[in-house]
Amino acid sequence: MSDLDELYQDLIMDHGRRPRNTGALPEANRHGRGHNPLCGDQLTLALLVEGDVVREARFEGQGCAISTASASLMTQAIKGLPLAEVEALYDRFHLVLTGDGDGDAPELGKLAALSGVRRFPTRVKCATLAWHTLHAALHPEAVSEEATTE
Amino acid sequence: MNPGFDVEAVRAQFPILQESIHGRRLAYLDNGATTQKPRAVIDRLTHHWEHDNANIHRAVHLLGARSTEGFERARKVVARFLNAPSEREIVFTRGTTEAINLVAQSFVRPRLEPGDSILLTGMEHHANLVPWQLLAERTGARLKHVPLLDDGSLDLEAVPALLDARTRLFAFAHVSNALGTVNPVHTLVALAKAQGVPVLLDGAQAVAHLPASDLDVRALGVDFYVFSGHKLYGPTGIGALWGKAEHLERMPPWQGGGDMIREVTLERSTYAPPPSRFEAGTPPIAEAVGLAAAIEWFTTAFDRDAGLAHEARLLARLTEALRETPGIRLIGTAADKVAVQSFVMDCAHPHDAATIFDADGVAVRAGHHCAQPVMTRYGVPATLRASFAVYNDDADVDQLLGAVARVRKMFG
Repeated sequence: MSDLDELYQDLIMDHGRRPRNTGALPEANRHGRGHNPLCGDQLTLALLVEGDVVREARFEGQGCAISTASASLMTQAIKGLPLAEVEALYDRFHLVLTGDGDGDAPELGKLAALSGVRRFPTRVKCATLAWHTLHAALHPEAVSEEATTE
Repeated sequence: MNPGFDVEAVRAQFPILQESIHGRRLAYLDNGATTQKPRAVIDRLTHHWEHDNANIHRAVHLLGARSTEGFERARKVVARFLNAPSEREIVFTRGTTEAINLVAQSFVRPRLEPGDSILLTGMEHHANLVPWQLLAERTGARLKHVPLLDDGSLDLEAVPALLDARTRLFAFAHVSNALGTVNPVHTLVALAKAQGVPVLLDGAQAVAHLPASDLDVRALGVDFYVFSGHKLYGPTGIGALWGKAEHLERMPPWQGGGDMIREVTLERSTYAPPPSRFEAGTPPIAEAVGLAAAIEWFTTAFDRDAGLAHEARLLARLTEALRETPGIRLIGTAADKVAVQSFVMDCAHPHDAATIFDADGVAVRAGHHCAQPVMTRYGVPATLRASFAVYNDDADVDQLLGAVARVRKMFG
């Protein structure tokens, strides 16, 4: 498979075209806004956290296939996870995209489909926007107003 | 194809065009961001480093004299390029952005009072927006903007009502970077002069794409003209401000340091006359020499009008083909344009498309082009932009159209 085919593999194209978990979440109790100043992509993320578990996650925004698929796959991956495991997944996903992690690690599940992005340095930020926004939603004290990929 | 212009001979002078990109031939269509450099410029830079390098305006030794001569000769070349009355009216800067900031801080700021205004347009690059926003925040001055029509040209009917005796400057792009529109300078200058308003023209996208008659600052009737070397086949880090002597002489220094003074004591200094007054510190010397080489190359290596006609023909070919492709929207279709075409594809975000283009060896810009208000005006977050230079050829257009077809196949 060429790098390009790996980047735009079927799962990514599917989630880029028909993202899951989009729309508003009125009962949400955690919110994050993210922005990629390089391309202007915007993302808002709404979470319902009960106890220490993410019960529901939805996002809204406009972006490229990579950022949309990444947000879609992320919301699927974190739903039902305890916060500690969400944090661990965040760390593991970043390592994969920066080239230091194992893209085939079983814990990544479907997120492994995004590991091809690491061969496209100019697109890594597209894939990490949703995760920066997640970080902003879970750590409002650490992020002033809006998460950015810069 | 085009009598009087041999594109193959021009292409042979650009070593980078031989680069293989992901195994494909390079189709470099991102010239609005920066142009590639001809052998003549690369060689002149190397020659400077190998034979003439020294600091300028201070050394008694031979290399200091050679370096100073090269730098001051470059000033004459820039003056001649713009038909400026004197090279004393040419101030070297790091580029267009620094030149605009210089005019903002040294010419406009001392004249501004609360209630005054600065007139800009809705198509400006951030470099001609943010310096004025900073100034407005600090002085209470108001910013006004000439609106855009749907085709990417200025709404000229709106201009008279936006100019009045409190307008301290009208600053606008000679050519729009995102849209390619060539603005009607003579009409706009006449409206400004009727109210006694000075004019700054941002020539960043104009200098490499207009005939000599359109870059004649005396004929244009403007007060300031600014441009960058790297969009004109020259090095980065060098640009120029042309200003009327009557303005430059009255403008206070902008940055302080060496080379801009006449006499210095521990308490105070007196300042050198223009242009030295505005060139504090060691300037980009080799880059100025390289800029002169670029201007000399651009104005003598081929018939300029024929080269520009060649660019226009390539643009027409591309635009026509994109118009016939379903699911494509052209942004910027004004009657008077340089060879720049922005567009969006229904099926793919510009960044996805540009990644596919890159895999095919096609380099375009994807993004907001440092002109976010333009994107907002046309209701898109970003566009793809193909921008031509004289070394582009029909194969580049074919390669881009092939990449467009590939994106439609993958994402359509």
